[in-house]
Amino acid sequence: MEPIRVIPEKCTGCKLCVKACSYDAITMVEKKAVIDLEKCTICGACVDACKKFEAIVIYRQTFEGQDISKHAGICVYAEHHRGKLAPVVLEVIGAAKQLKKDLGENLSSILLGNGVRPLAEELISYGVNEVWMIDSPEIGDYSEDIQAELVSEILMEKKPAIFLGGGTVIGRSLLPTVAAKILSGLTADCTELSIEEIDGRKILKQTRPAFGGNIMATILCKNHRPQMATVRHKVMDEAEKVGEDHQGKIVEFNHISIPEPYIKVLDFVEDVTEKISLEDADIIVSGGRGLQDPKNFALIEKFAEQIGAAVGASRAAVDAGWIPYSHQVGQTGKTVKPTVYIACGISGAIQHLAGMKSSDIIIAINKDPQAPIFDVAHYGIVGDLFEVIPEITRQLDGEG
Amino acid sequence: MKIIVCIKQVPDTTNVKINPETNTLIREGVESIINPFDTYAIEEGVRLKEKFGGEVLILSMGPPQAEDALREALSLGADDAYLLSDRAFAGADTLATAYTLAAGIRKLGGADIILMGRQAIDGDTGQVGPGVGVNLGIPCITNIRKIEQIDEDTTITVERLLETGYVRLKTRLPVVLTVVKEINEPRLPSLRTMMKAKKKEIIRWGKDDLEVDPNRIGLTGSPTQVIKIFTPPKSPRGKIFENGETKERVASLLRELKKAGINLKGDEERIKDGTD
Ligand SMILES: Cc1cc2nc3c(=O)[nH]c(=O)nc-3n(C[C@H](O)[C@H](O)[C@H](O)COP(=O)(O)OP(=O)(O)OC[C@H]3O[C@@H](n4cnc5c(N)ncnc54)[C@H](O)[C@@H]3O)c2cc1C
Ligand SMILES: Nc1ncnc2c1ncn2[C@@H]1O[C@H](COP(=O)(O)O)[C@@H](O)[C@H]1O
Repeated sequence: MEPIRVIPEKCTGCKLCVKACSYDAITMVEKKAVIDLEKCTICGACVDACKKFEAIVIYRQTFEGQDISKHAGICVYAEHHRGKLAPVVLEVIGAAKQLKKDLGENLSSILLGNGVRPLAEELISYGVNEVWMIDSPEIGDYSEDIQAELVSEILMEKKPAIFLGGGTVIGRSLLPTVAAKILSGLTADCTELSIEEIDGRKILKQTRPAFGGNIMATILCKNHRPQMATVRHKVMDEAEKVGEDHQGKIVEFNHISIPEPYIKVLDFVEDVTEKISLEDADIIVSGGRGLQDPKNFALIEKFAEQIGAAVGASRAAVDAGWIPYSHQVGQTGKTVKPTVYIACGISGAIQHLAGMKSSDIIIAINKDPQAPIFDVAHYGIVGDLFEVIPEITRQLDGEG
Repeated sequence: MKIIVCIKQVPDTTNVKINPETNTLIREGVESIINPFDTYAIEEGVRLKEKFGGEVLILSMGPPQAEDALREALSLGADDAYLLSDRAFAGADTLATAYTLAAGIRKLGGADIILMGRQAIDGDTGQVGPGVGVNLGIPCITNIRKIEQIDEDTTITVERLLETGYVRLKTRLPVVLTVVKEINEPRLPSLRTMMKAKKKEIIRWGKDDLEVDPNRIGLTGSPTQVIKIFTPPKSPRGKIFENGETKERVASLLRELKKAGINLKGDEERIKDGTD
C-alpha cells in the first residue's frame, strides 16, 4: 500500500500542495500533482492544503490520535462466489439498514472482482446507496491478499464509520487482515448490532457469544474507525428489495493499482455428499451419538428424504466418522437457521446449540429427559429414537 | 525448516458452569488446557519437522501459569518454548495480541512456517492469525485442512476448507497457516517426552525484551473494549411429550405441530427438491 496518493480525477492542478510541502516532494506533471515518496515524510501538510478538492489521501494510519470526526456511513463487504453474492451479504445489508435508521448516514458496499457489474446493480436493488467497485480482469479469482489490500485502500479513502462483513470463512479471514492493516478494532461473529449514543457520539454496539456460547459479550470500538464487525450467518434477517425509485450509484476506483497476487488459486473442489445444502434447507434432521452406529445413520437419511429435509450432525457423529464434516452443525461447524430443526440423539452441548439455536422451531428426540437439548426445544419427545422415528414415519405416511 | 507454533492456554469451555445468581462464569475448578485447535497446529509442526528436519518452537502470550501449556507442548515433540508474559500485555484484544506475537516471532528470527489454531475456544475469534501475518508482512491462509506439498523450501500448496468444499492454494514461504482439526490426529505424549519436557527451561520475555511500541500492546493497544458480559437468556421449556406409548407421544407431537401450522409432510415441492 502506498502511504500517500494523489487522486488524478480530483486534482485540479492548482499547486497549493506544492507550496505547502516543506520537503520539496511534490511536482506538477501534466497539470497533476505527483508525490516523490523518497522525499515525502507523510506530514499531511499537502492534505490540509488540498482540503477543498480532497485529491490527496494518506493511507497510513497511526494507532494513536486518529481523527475520527470525518468518518461517516456504513459499508458492507460484498463477498461473492462464481457470479453470485454470498447469501450472508443480504443478511449483513439487512442489519446495516437497521443501523442506518438510527445513524441516518449512507449505506455503501465494497465490490471487487471480474465482471461483477450485475452484482453492483443487485446490491443497489437491496437499498445500497453507493457501490464502491473495482471490476477488472486483473482481480481474477478471489485472492485474499489482493482483496485485503484493495479493501484497505478504499476504506482509508472513503472513511466509513462502520465496516461489516459476513461471518464466513472468507469474511473471518479478510476482515482481520484489513483491521490489522488499517489499525482498527474488529469484533468477530456478532449476533446483535445496534447504535447507542455514548458521550454524544453514536457508537456501534456489538454483541456476540464467547466461551463456546456460554456467555454473551457486548463490545465497543470507541476511538478507532471504521468500527468493524463480522456478522454471524443465519442470524440477521435478509434485506428486502427496495422500490424502483431508489437511486444508487456505482463509484469506480480505477486509480488504485492492483497488486500481483501472492496467493494463487489452483482449483476448487466442491463437497458432493450434501444433497441439500444445510444453509439453505427449510428443514434439517440432525443425528448425534445417540445413533450409536454408522449403519443407523441411514435411519436419519431415510427420515430426511421422506420429509424433504437436509441432513445435519453433531460433532460426536462426525468425529466417529459416521458422516463427513461438512454436515456438522455447531460452533466449529455450520450455523443453520431452518424453519424446523429436528435433533435426534443429540444431547445439546453448548457448542452444538451455538450452530442451531436460532432455528424457528426446534424438535428434539432424546431418551434422556434431562438432556440440555430440551431446554431450547419448542417440541420434543422423550424416548428411544429407534422407536420414535419409525413411528413418525408411519404416522406421516398414514396421514398422506 | 524452522517452524513456530503459537498456542494459547484457555479454560476448558466444555465444562464451564454459570453461577445462576450472579450470572457469571464459575472459574474455580475449571481446568486450563491448550486450546484444542492448537494441538493440531503442534502436531502438524512436529510432522513437518519429522519430514523436513529443522526445529519446532512454541510461542505463547499469557500469564505465568501458561507455562503449563508450553510444557505440555514440549512433551508433544516441540524443541523449545517461549512465553511472552508481562503485566503490560494484559487486556490485549486480537489486534494487540497479533502485534505482540509478531514481535516475539521477529525476536526468534522469524520462521518458514508459522502455525496456529483456527480459533481459540475462549474468544472464538480466529482473528489473531491474519493479524500476525499482516504484522510480519507475510500472507496468512486460514482454515487449512491439509498441507499438500512443500517444494524446495520455497513454495507451498495447501487445502483450505470453505463452507461448500475446499480450495487448493499455492504461495511462497514464509507463511502463516491456521489449521482445522481435519488436518491430523495429534499424538499423545510418551513418558520419555514428558520427562524430557520437565527438564527444559521455558524462556520468558517481557515488554522490555521485545521491540514493541508501548502504545500498541495490552489494553492501551486494543481498540475494542468489552463493556458487558451476560448469560444468554433462557427460554421457557417447550412442549415435551414424556408419557404414554410411543404411538401416543408421536401422535401428540404431530397434532401440536399441525396446530402450529407445521406440516412435516405436506410440501411436495420441498420433497421433490430434496430427493433429486
Ligand atoms: C472447541 C469445541 C468445539 C465444538 N464444536 C462443536 C460443534 O460445532 N458441533 C457439535 O455438535 N459439537 C461440538 N463440540 C462437541 C460438543 O461439546 C459435544 O461433545 C457434542 O455436540 C456431543 O454430540 P452428541 O450430542 O451427538 O453426543 P452426546 O453428548 O453423547 O449425546 C448423545 C445423546 O443421545 C441420546 N441418546 C442415546 N441413545 C439414544 C436413543 N436410542 N434414542 C434417543 N436418544 C438417545 C443421549 O441421551 C444423549 O443425550 C465442540 C466441542 C469443543 C470442545
Ligand atoms: N495469547 C496467545 N498466545 C499465543 N497464541 C495465540 C494467543 N492468542 C491467540 N493465539 C493463536 O491464534 C489462534 C486464534 O486465536 P483467536 O484469534 O484468539 O481465536 C489460536 O488458535 C492460537 O494459535
